[in-house]
Amino acid sequence: MYHKEKSIQIKNSASSLYNNLGVLRIGPRRLTYFTVVHANVVNMVSASWDGLNYSHRQLQSKEPNVATSTSLIIQAAFCVLPSRELLVVTSQKGIQMYESDGSIMVYWHALDTPETPTAQAVFARGISAVWDNYICVGVSSGSILVFDVPSKGSNITLSEVLEEHKEAITDMASECSGSQECIADLVSADDGGNLCIWKSGEEFQLLNKIHGFDMSCSSVKLWKGTVVAGYGTGQIRLYEAVTGILHAEVNAHARWIYSLDIAPFSGLLLSAAEDSLVRVWHLNMTPETNSVEVAHLHNECVTDTQICGAKFCDADGYAFAVTGYDLSEIIRYTQT
Amino acid sequence: MSLKTLPLVFINLGGEMLYILDQRLQAHNTSDDNSEKGVWSDKDRKRVMNDITATMFSKDFVDELLKPQQLYSHRTLKTVLTRLAHASIMRLNPASMDKLYELMLMAFKYQVFLCPRPKDLLLITYNHIDTIRELVKDTPVVVNQVDEMHRKMIEVYSSLSEGEFQLLRQTLLIFFQDMHVRLSLFLKNKVQNPNGRFALSTSGPVPHGIYVPGLIRVFDSKGREVRRSQFPTGGTYSSSVKEGCFELRGDRVITLGVNMYTVHHPEETQTCKAPPVKTNDTPNPLAKEELNLLARLMGSMKDENKSKTETGFWINLFTTDEEEDQASDSRGADDSMFGLISIQAMQDEQAATELAQIAGQFAEQKQPEFTSCTKGDDLLAMMDDL
Repeated sequence: MYHKEKSIQIKNSASSLYNNLGVLRIGPRRLTYFTVVHANVVNMVSASWDGLNYSHRQLQSKEPNVATSTSLIIQAAFCVLPSRELLVVTSQKGIQMYESDGSIMVYWHALDTPETPTAQAVFARGISAVWDNYICVGVSSGSILVFDVPSKGSNITLSEVLEEHKEAITDMASECSGSQECIADLVSADDGGNLCIWKSGEEFQLLNKIHGFDMSCSSVKLWKGTVVAGYGTGQIRLYEAVTGILHAEVNAHARWIYSLDIAPFSGLLLSAAEDSLVRVWHLNMTPETNSVEVAHLHNECVTDTQICGAKFCDADGYAFAVTGYDLSEIIRYTQT
Repeated sequence: MSLKTLPLVFINLGGEMLYILDQRLQAHNTSDDNSEKGVWSDKDRKRVMNDITATMFSKDFVDELLKPQQLYSHRTLKTVLTRLAHASIMRLNPASMDKLYELMLMAFKYQVFLCPRPKDLLLITYNHIDTIRELVKDTPVVVNQVDEMHRKMIEVYSSLSEGEFQLLRQTLLIFFQDMHVRLSLFLKNKVQNPNGRFALSTSGPVPHGIYVPGLIRVFDSKGREVRRSQFPTGGTYSSSVKEGCFELRGDRVITLGVNMYTVHHPEETQTCKAPPVKTNDTPNPLAKEELNLLARLMGSMKDENKSKTETGFWINLFTTDEEEDQASDSRGADDSMFGLISIQAMQDEQAATELAQIAGQFAEQKQPEFTSCTKGDDLLAMMDDL
């Protein structure tokens, strides 16, 4: 169903972090941007669709004090809003927002770090664009920071802090930005496997809370009102967002799932785990019977590699890209 | 990221160090080596094991380790481990210490990489503690120290969630990133490929608590299962074996972390010539927090077991000609990775004094051929000579 294409070489290897691959397709310029986190650096590659041009850029984590030794980056993700696209980078120190090509940093938010280290690590993780003008970022305390983003310029402000999760946020996802009307437009997941479903607005509204099983949910997606969640048990669960009804459960992987992605136009689902496997599934919603079908389509094994990032490169799922721990390349697959 | 890595790092790396030293000192039971003052008897070897273990598990050192803090650079870690290795009558030359560090790191990287569940990091650690306990079993005082540390570990780590353990594991994996030194024993057992990558199997039992892949279940709105189907997994998985024991004593079940070296096979503790690691060549000054940590750790290591009049015995740990060549070759490449510690802007008077004291301890134990320095003088030269 898919075959392997030529890999893109990156400057450093990928670190073992959840959802460690960002992809942004720039149609008008026939380019795709990829981001891969390595320790305290984000490697960005801009790849032309004809496969002839690659340009690289590295973004450093921002330190208030250069002599401080460690500021590891936890995640880098593209946020697509109707008016603009931003690259959001989260670290132990705070949240940086760049123009999507990484050229200019437009906003910096420092996390409150205690003077002397407490037992709990402090970092930001979980990034999602929501609706027309919000970017939400999770924090290790369980808080979710909601930023209001104007259609241009750097006047980004912290609009709200959502305190519902008690454990570190792992991932967040949304659907329906722009014109479509959705009941729920944001889902947040934490280290205990708990899921919160939100409706965005001047004040975000908590619509539902789905309790976890004390097992981390490392990656989450929202599609057609369905939450698709990947867990440390290697399982994928599909829940109806607003009611919390469990539609389906898949014993998908033999190790911790690190990344999920959905191609919204085709309903293809991508899952990747530390067991070195990437799997492609098809989700079929039947609103009449309120059921979801999950069909397995394809497997790819990246030999001896613990996969940390996997994303579709387009909304149809025609191609996808994969990163792995200690691997200095982005592996690509295209439909045959 | 995680602030709880140091105790795991020191117990596991320290454990690997003891395994390697134990094997190598038994291999040195002849006096062929010129740098030795005499034969390493069984008594000498046990003494080294006891002294290093006692220092590593001393209350002050353990208390420092258990404080929440970042995992700093390889430089700091290596400095402290070198000090640990020198806690007894044995002295290692820099080339030997470099080799030892590489072996220790790669062994631990392998264990962390292949750890079945993040929580099993504890079982790996307990395997090391169990084996160390065996090595020092003839000395009850030291066994007590080991037990005390083990109890503290159980107290601190038992309540961590799987998510927190995974964060810990991710922090360690970043620390080991891009290291692909090949170990003879690993290559021989096919756990490592010739390119330095570890082998990941897609068959065998799944970790405890994970379901065997292959099943899709669909439910109705009342939560009743309406359909189940199988999908091809691309591997051959079986159900998990029983869970290992997290108590003070017990069957750990997983074997990562036990002593994989056997006596009379010194070729096992050997690395193969690897392409030099691509590293940043400009050594950064140690950050202030890092220097403070270094000072605290070094300062907390007790000197009780040594009398000041005893001289140390220098040893080339890896003594065949081939190994010597490899050691000097790789040292050239490694210099960029383990660069000089340059202490530049020292704003903290206290840290400076503490470091001077620590450096002073080294002065008393140095071999005459190195330039001897008086306490407090020439800090830079002290650290360089490590």
